[in-house]
Amino acid sequence: MNALKKIFGGDIRQFGMIFALVALIVFFQIMTGGITLTPENVISLFNGNSYILILAIGMVLVIIAGHIDLSVGSVAAFVGIAVALAMRDWGFPSWMGVVYGLLLGALVGAWQGFWVAKVGIPAFIVTLAGMLLFRGLNQLLGKSNSVPVPGDFQNIGAGYLPEIGPDTGYNNLTLLLGIVAIVAIVWGELRRRKASIALGAEVEETWVMVTRLVLICGALLYATYLFATGRPGTSFPISGIILAALVLVYGFISSRTVIGRHVYAVGGNKHAAELSGVQAKRVDFLVMMNMSILAGLAGMIFVARSTASGPFDGVGWELDAIAAVFIGGAAVSGGVGTVMGSIVGGLVMAVLNNGLQLLGVGSDWTQIFKGLVLLAAVAFDVYNKSQGKPSIIGLLLKNFQKTPEPQAA
Amino acid sequence: MSETTTAPTILEMRSITKEFPGVKALSEVNLLVKVGEVHAICGENGAGKSTLMKVLSGVYPFGSYQGDIVYQNEVQQFRDIRASEAAGIVIIHQELALIPELSIMENIFLGNEPTRFGVINWAEARRRSIDLLARVGLAEDPDTPIKEIGVGKQQLVEIAKALNKSVKLLILDEPTAALNENDSQHLLDLLLGLKGKGITSIMISHKLNEIEQISDSITIIRDGKSIETLDVKGDGVDEDRIIRGMVGRSLESRFPDHTPAIGETFFEVKDWTVAHPQVEDRMVCKGSEFFVRRGEIVGFAGLMGAGRTELARSLFGRSYGRYISGHIIKDGKEITLKTVRQAIDHGLGYVTEDRKALGLNLLDDIKTTTVAANLKGVSKHFVVNEDQEFQVAEDYRKSLRTKTPTVEEGVAKLSGGNQQKVVLAKWMFTDPDLLILDEPTRGIDVGAKYEIYGIIQKLAAQGKGVIVISSELPELLGLSDRIYTIFEGSITGVLDKAEADQENLMKLMTAKRQAA
Repeated sequence: MNALKKIFGGDIRQFGMIFALVALIVFFQIMTGGITLTPENVISLFNGNSYILILAIGMVLVIIAGHIDLSVGSVAAFVGIAVALAMRDWGFPSWMGVVYGLLLGALVGAWQGFWVAKVGIPAFIVTLAGMLLFRGLNQLLGKSNSVPVPGDFQNIGAGYLPEIGPDTGYNNLTLLLGIVAIVAIVWGELRRRKASIALGAEVEETWVMVTRLVLICGALLYATYLFATGRPGTSFPISGIILAALVLVYGFISSRTVIGRHVYAVGGNKHAAELSGVQAKRVDFLVMMNMSILAGLAGMIFVARSTASGPFDGVGWELDAIAAVFIGGAAVSGGVGTVMGSIVGGLVMAVLNNGLQLLGVGSDWTQIFKGLVLLAAVAFDVYNKSQGKPSIIGLLLKNFQKTPEPQAA
Repeated sequence: MSETTTAPTILEMRSITKEFPGVKALSEVNLLVKVGEVHAICGENGAGKSTLMKVLSGVYPFGSYQGDIVYQNEVQQFRDIRASEAAGIVIIHQELALIPELSIMENIFLGNEPTRFGVINWAEARRRSIDLLARVGLAEDPDTPIKEIGVGKQQLVEIAKALNKSVKLLILDEPTAALNENDSQHLLDLLLGLKGKGITSIMISHKLNEIEQISDSITIIRDGKSIETLDVKGDGVDEDRIIRGMVGRSLESRFPDHTPAIGETFFEVKDWTVAHPQVEDRMVCKGSEFFVRRGEIVGFAGLMGAGRTELARSLFGRSYGRYISGHIIKDGKEITLKTVRQAIDHGLGYVTEDRKALGLNLLDDIKTTTVAANLKGVSKHFVVNEDQEFQVAEDYRKSLRTKTPTVEEGVAKLSGGNQQKVVLAKWMFTDPDLLILDEPTRGIDVGAKYEIYGIIQKLAAQGKGVIVISSELPELLGLSDRIYTIFEGSITGVLDKAEADQENLMKLMTAKRQAA
């Protein structure tokens, strides 16, 4: 157990989630007789969830800053229909449709950000209003009908990496992508280690790092294999590439840039942040705006995948995205959360959904399970906090050690 | 029980040991409290005073510690706070446990409502609360919401609540920490009055003069061990004696040596008038004028609510109140500071009086906090260089001697003194010309205070101007080169170090300016 803890590092909560995700996959793999980890299923799982995961990236920033956004499903639907109409009626080419959609998302975000940041209305209320407003606009624009989108636009939601180069029996681009990712991870890890040593900071033992790298790279390699051996014509989906790029960019922004630090600072203690020179209102505005841009993107990807925009697109998405963020370790009170954690949280939900579906479990039981998982994940977090130290180890070895408690003054 | 004592014993804690994973918070602590005395517990922050009281009141239940609690001649096994309260032990925490929206009466009876057939009997509650309020000397309508009365009065409501539970042993954790002198005195008088009625009190306090004034005996705790118990009247105890016990050595001086090297005036404020943020015609600063010279430590004295913090925060990028008029002149040029960012960019720094609510993000670790006000200093093209960040935090940890295993430790885990050092590091890293410190040593123990004073003096020696706002006059007198006094938003006078003493400061702090 201690070894596991070392390998996955400080954030026990995320380790717990990764552990749960792996356990879930293994469980369903066995129960479905090996259908879970087939190329077809993994590809469709990614295709069917990328838009929720994209929403989770925006949502985690909103929640870290201490807000919430209930309008994402409606905003996605509104942008989706507006883009579909622009392409059908105004003859926008696909690329212009995408740009138009992102701009619309930004406009919607500026609207919501204005009410939250400048006027000071709680985001819960502003986005509750937005949820109604933009759903209404979607149905008004589309006259409550579906609007189809052209074939090349469908690529962003249903396209795959093309086949190029020699026939290796695998999808070459997918292989390349996987190998690049593995090399980047190993290189990054080694570089970080070197920098830490140079600074004189404590570094973990070599075997810990090696084990972790082997595990991560092994998983990546296996995923690459799955994606590269799909049915002819399928491979790593375009929406997956968009998602991966967003995860990298937003992971970097949230942890390494000034604006990212400011988001955490405002969520952790708004007054202290303001007295340290952080412009909290600007941060509030930006996270709300960013969320709507990503909602617009998610809406377009969904429309592209389902080949048409409809009046009921995006219903309930806000709840899936929020659940992913909280399962991924964010705190309701703000200041805590990570992009990676939210993605893992979203994947837990996605795998659960998919596995239950494969087993032929109805949507009734699926919802019951999902609800319980959300509750259990957050209850685990709350329990840890009440014990002072977040420690899955402490939980498992509870009877063998004294209950950890915060040291009093 | 104890054969050597003359008065009967109400409480004896024997060999209390309490461990947290990796830390022995208490080790074989003994405490003996006699019936009807005021017993003070002294010790530096982190010495284990609060932990001991939590053991006593059942916050840490029986079985989670070793040793015996003998109360009223019986070994007790409190499972929770309810059990200890049932036995007549009531603890009043530093952070008051009152609900702002509810009335005084509702708060007094919260969790203990008088009922008839399951329905709250408000007539009975009112009758009893009037009686209780009279006993604590609080002349307020029981229907007044808690949020409308000051902290001093809230403290009295807490005591009334305790009296309602027929308290025999009252524990107060830093009861006067947030109170002004008048309210503190009233509270101390009340404790003496309760003592006359047979109620025993245990008081934790950093204010040694108060302890000297009202306590009968003092138990000193250091590093989780009980060091000694002093009989205040018999042993001729004074503040120096207590400090010696607390830090384990005698502090010759409470202030480090410092020879001021004062340069020319570089910061001036003229005709500074600021209105209350909500109340339109109420001015919190009225035409204030003052100046600071390079290398000078300038004190600001005033009673709570006199407008010291309001003045500081309104100067610091208008982060409080509504600006009406006034000029800030720095290095001979007039500057306009409309936002905190501008203030920081012009070389101002402000350390708040309320560390937890306004000064720190308690979720952050030390290194993140250290660079929080000057992220530019560790970033390039808006990307934070984490190696550089670590290095900066590590440098300050060493130079300020912050006690922590690593700079990756969460600030919430640090003691008050070390938290304050991190906050100081944060502002030192912005390299300010003028640093405003609002109550820089509140809630900090004697040893750490000495170190903080040293840091302040070092900053002055580097040619920076330092403004110190403090409620503790000895601190201002020991530290400042010049002291301004504030009363009801107006600056009422300024005294040089040589001519200032507690008496003439107090006079200026409580009287309106005689002549401009």
